[in-house]
Amino acid sequence: MTNTWQDIKNANVVLVMGGNAAEAHPCGFKWVIEAKIENGAKLVVVDPRFTRTASVADVYAPIRPGTDIAFLSGVIRYLLEKDRIQHEYVRAFTNAGLIVKEGFGFEDGLFTGYKEDTHSYDRSSWDYELDENGFAKADNTWQHPRCVMNLMRKHVDRYTPEMVSRICGTPQDKYLQICELIASTSAPEKALTSLFALGWTQHSVGAQNIRTMAMVQLLLGNIGVAGGGMNALRGHSNIQGLTDIGLLSNAMPGYMTLATDNEPSFETYMKTRLFKPLLPGQTSYWQNYRKFFVSFQKALYGGAARADNDWAYDWLPKVDKGLYDIIRAFDMMANGEINGYICQGFNPMQAFPDRGKIRKALGKLKFLVVMDPLDTETSRFWEDFGPQNPSDPASIQTEVFQLPTTCFAEENGTLVNSARWLQWHWKAADAPGEAQTDIWIMSGIYHRMREMYRKDGGAFPDPILNLSWNYTKPAEPDPEELAKEMNGRALTDLKDATGAVTVHAGRLLDGFAQLRDDGTTASGCWIFTGSFTEMGNQMARRDATDPREQGIAPNWAWSWPANRRILYNRASADVAGKAWNPQKPIIEWNGSLWTGIDVPDYAPTIKPSDSIGPFIMNAEGMGRLFARDQMAEGPFPEHYEPFESPSENVLHPKVKSNPAARVFASDRAAFGNATDFPYVATTYRLTEHFHYWTKHALINAVLQPEEFIEIGEVLAKEKGIEQGGWVRLSSKRGVIVCKAYVTKRIKPLLVDGKPTHVIGVPIHWGFTGQARKGYGANTLTPSVGDANTQTPEFKAFLVNIEKTSAPVA
Amino acid sequence: MADLQSQDYIRRSASTMTPPSIRNHEQEVAKLIDVSRCIGCKACQSACMEWNNLRPEIGHFEGSYDNPHDLDPSTWTLMRFTEWEDEEGNLEWLIRKDGCMHCEDPGCLKACPAPGAIVQYANGIVDFISENCIGCGYCVKGCPFNIPRINPVDHKSYKCTLCSDRVGVGLEPACVKACPTGAIMFGSKSDMTVWAGERIEELKSRGFSNAGLYDPPGVSGTHVMYVLHHADRPSIYAGLPDRPQISGFVGAWKGILKPVALAGIAFTAVAGFFHWVVAGPNEVQPEDEAEARHLLHKGDDAP
Amino acid sequence: MTHPKGTLTRNTTAARINHWITGGCFVLLVLSGLSMFHPMLFFLSELFGGGQWARAIHPWIGTVLLVSYAGLIVQFWRDNLWSRDDIAWMRAIHRVLVNEEEGVPEVPRFNAGQKFVFWSMALLVPVLFLTGLAIWEIYFFPYTSIETQRIAVLIHSLAAIAAIIVWIVHVYAALWVKGSIRAMTQGYVTPGWAWRHHRKWLRSLAASGSPGPRPRSGDNAAARSRKGR
Repeated sequence: MTNTWQDIKNANVVLVMGGNAAEAHPCGFKWVIEAKIENGAKLVVVDPRFTRTASVADVYAPIRPGTDIAFLSGVIRYLLEKDRIQHEYVRAFTNAGLIVKEGFGFEDGLFTGYKEDTHSYDRSSWDYELDENGFAKADNTWQHPRCVMNLMRKHVDRYTPEMVSRICGTPQDKYLQICELIASTSAPEKALTSLFALGWTQHSVGAQNIRTMAMVQLLLGNIGVAGGGMNALRGHSNIQGLTDIGLLSNAMPGYMTLATDNEPSFETYMKTRLFKPLLPGQTSYWQNYRKFFVSFQKALYGGAARADNDWAYDWLPKVDKGLYDIIRAFDMMANGEINGYICQGFNPMQAFPDRGKIRKALGKLKFLVVMDPLDTETSRFWEDFGPQNPSDPASIQTEVFQLPTTCFAEENGTLVNSARWLQWHWKAADAPGEAQTDIWIMSGIYHRMREMYRKDGGAFPDPILNLSWNYTKPAEPDPEELAKEMNGRALTDLKDATGAVTVHAGRLLDGFAQLRDDGTTASGCWIFTGSFTEMGNQMARRDATDPREQGIAPNWAWSWPANRRILYNRASADVAGKAWNPQKPIIEWNGSLWTGIDVPDYAPTIKPSDSIGPFIMNAEGMGRLFARDQMAEGPFPEHYEPFESPSENVLHPKVKSNPAARVFASDRAAFGNATDFPYVATTYRLTEHFHYWTKHALINAVLQPEEFIEIGEVLAKEKGIEQGGWVRLSSKRGVIVCKAYVTKRIKPLLVDGKPTHVIGVPIHWGFTGQARKGYGANTLTPSVGDANTQTPEFKAFLVNIEKTSAPVA
Repeated sequence: MADLQSQDYIRRSASTMTPPSIRNHEQEVAKLIDVSRCIGCKACQSACMEWNNLRPEIGHFEGSYDNPHDLDPSTWTLMRFTEWEDEEGNLEWLIRKDGCMHCEDPGCLKACPAPGAIVQYANGIVDFISENCIGCGYCVKGCPFNIPRINPVDHKSYKCTLCSDRVGVGLEPACVKACPTGAIMFGSKSDMTVWAGERIEELKSRGFSNAGLYDPPGVSGTHVMYVLHHADRPSIYAGLPDRPQISGFVGAWKGILKPVALAGIAFTAVAGFFHWVVAGPNEVQPEDEAEARHLLHKGDDAP
Repeated sequence: MTHPKGTLTRNTTAARINHWITGGCFVLLVLSGLSMFHPMLFFLSELFGGGQWARAIHPWIGTVLLVSYAGLIVQFWRDNLWSRDDIAWMRAIHRVLVNEEEGVPEVPRFNAGQKFVFWSMALLVPVLFLTGLAIWEIYFFPYTSIETQRIAVLIHSLAAIAAIIVWIVHVYAALWVKGSIRAMTQGYVTPGWAWRHHRKWLRSLAASGSPGPRPRSGDNAAARSRKGR
């Protein structure tokens, strides 16, 4: 979230699209209700199904799964055509006026630079035209034919209301009603908040779905302001923390990226990550990359990371090919290229696409270690549970170790919520049985492995042997100690320019500005610096005082970065530094300082007249309507059909689906077509359950006991399916047999002139736990991911459905 | 917990005497369920199960999100979902939290034959005192809302207590505390009525011209009230009665019939007694025996 | 049971046992039923071990009563058939009430009052049973609607009250007409009793030489009457 949960109440329009906030985030949804009641906000829901969120919406419109980009590109077209954009904001804070290189183009569904053989782009033409100083050229009158504004206008021109309706199946009147509501927030004092979640990410064009909405928000001047923003409602209580701390195959803590094979030396690595401002005077966090990196290496290797060994750069792994995401990992596992798997806090048998493939892949492992508080499907993948898990234990040689762990309520620690708050939590109960903390288990594995390396040597023992492990209890480091390590401390007395000591050796740091690149500071995660200071554990603060009753309580927990609650808050004020919305200012320029209820984006002394852009993560400091080379499939979003889709791509039939997506051969072979599988399916969760955990909890099992799918009345009638009757739902990859909920909430959509049926598949049931046994939605889902993130396309695929009888247990 | 609390009673089932009711200053409470804010998340249902330690059976999917499928002895509140289309075909998904309405004039209490098995406190809460319950099911017949459920194991009737144990110590009911969107509010009945008025105004401004408060006069009002967007037709909300009142049959049975019946019985008995006093017993006389003997022996003499 | 010489058998042993089972059930039903009918009488439930027991046992007793009364119907229906003489008897009820036997038409085995009691109960018992089933919560709740049960419980109460009133009449009549109780306990009446109250019955016994309770009509009837003794 760029904003906070509480801030939603400041919105004038709440758009829930690509998510189902009321069901997946019922507690946070209180702020939507608050916005409606206290702020007169309109709630708009766009979803293939009439959800529980839709049940309290002012306007609902259906949409075919996987067509959000068409819908939102149409919105952009509407805003430009009707001139309903916030001009001053767009001119000052976005790259609308920057001029794009000659040679950039888009034709028949492809941007310039496409490489057919590798399904990827040479992105060099996707950039600005630079002047002699290396700064981007601009035309703020938007007259230049290659300025971003004009290129964008041309790009979205095809998305007429007729075209949107033809692609999305959304009735035109509903669509235009929603366009008008969205457009109403282009007024400087009005804001729209975009609440989304996996409904946008779980597509082969997931990242672009979100980008399209971000562009809408930039045009409306809704980023950085109260009640605005792009608000990703995270699906797990600490999934934000997972990305913050870099638990992805190519990431490091604090959104630093792991070196690649092309960066054999520390200096080449530093050079490719060097921040080069694209506009004069632009500042950015990333200009401190070296400080963050060196401090991280000091946290990791302590004294062993020195200037003369390039801060142990060589001990870090180098990525050889893009991402080792889950789809690749399981493809490798299925091919025998991975033969050991430590599965911590994950349940791939339920959570990853194409369960049949997952089951097969796990069966090829030599060993599988599952660390989980619960008995998961993954840990029992080898066991025959009847039709819901038809395994043959005799043919599986995988040795499975189940290591029971504590759950969040059985340990101290911190969780990062969607609003980037680090909230400390305290242990409430002892863990049952032999459960141990993840820290205890990981430490145990580490100590044993280090001992083996010490005794037996190995190919490359240095990264293991030199790891710094100076904890009070080496066998189980205390969470507070780990939190302090992430925050960082001074390793020697830190002095300012005059030679005065600013931070004494050993003291905890107050903020990342104190980090140094000379090895005198250590910090495990620079964005967390300031979370645990000499003043104490800032994450444990519980002062709910909200000075302006505007949803910002600066002394409640701690928010990264630097306790900033609303990202890009500089953009909440106009060029002169006055709030766009005087009723809800966040920070304002008082003549000498930025002051207000939040921590400003950049140094509070930077004058408005310096024209430093508020989007300080970007080299031009501006919100990007044109993404340069940051996206795999193009600098502008384009509608591509899901990999399994019943429709042609009416915009460019030759390029149907995301041309830059990575698809493994075996997965491509497992795609179904609309002849055999004529119906669109989409998966989702229900409010009664949290993923695959709560089926183990009796109360949740009572509230939603048994697997079912949702089907519209028209299709049900066609197929002779009765309310609550048994159905067989199949995709190219598998079959599930469950009950049908015949509902008025899913109606056939008229897509390109033909009725298209959508079937909803909730994800929660498996073969362990208290609830009744289920097959699991991922039995059906395709193994293809978003071209940028490899998030699997769980939200749009093809199935067939038939009436059947109850499965024989 | 009968003793002290009994002084709060304003009504007590099957009791011909006025219950102790010295605590008459007590404010009437109400739970206000704003259907227009409810997202059907069932947090209220979970909270009810947790606070009251209820664990219904794990059921089956039965063609809707209503789980368990109905109220039962261990399910005191239940979200009921209705897919409703208006005359123009616009779909609304109406979600209503069902449970005891805590009527001001409770039909269950009226029907109950067991003294003190159902009581009403001065704050308006209608509570079942299980130790006095005899399991006859009359409360089920008395209730205009189809709420009480008899447990086949212990033969006691159960329903929402409005968390009388929590309210008694100044807390809100568990469902109110758990509701994430503020769709369930709790306070004095007058405050809740005022707040409902504001909500109704807001709903009218959003085009729900028939928005209104459900506080049915047929049962003299309730201590659980609904804000409905379509207050003109409550029954679209999973059969919420349009005009609930205690059934006329129950009224007759528990009203006029009781004195009339006892009087009838007493009258018959008394009439018999006075007949005895006036006419005396009807005894066989010696002449009767003689006549009979004569008749019987006539046959013997004949041949 | 041996009867004194010269007396007549009014009720066979089987009939008496049947009657008293019915009567006992009826009394228990009245006590337990009234305990659930009016708060003033709830104390009666203590006779059964408390309200739960009274509630639980009442329908079972009712079931026994139904079966038992069916036995009475089998045994007595023929002698309770209505006849024209009953109307004449009814016309003379004012004489009957003041113990004046003269001018009252001769009565067969049962007079119109007795027949009224018999047929009233024959109607009320099944009504009570059927409505009772509808409100027998633990077994039959799901089979009828709550509205049906509301009607059932009202009819059940009305029928019960009617039955109680009929029963009071029946019991009082037995107390009033001396010799009647012995007729149902020991089973016999004196010929004088029969002469006074059921002269037609007496004449028919005398005519066929039967000792009661029914006139002889062939060997079978005789065998039955002997067995009845």
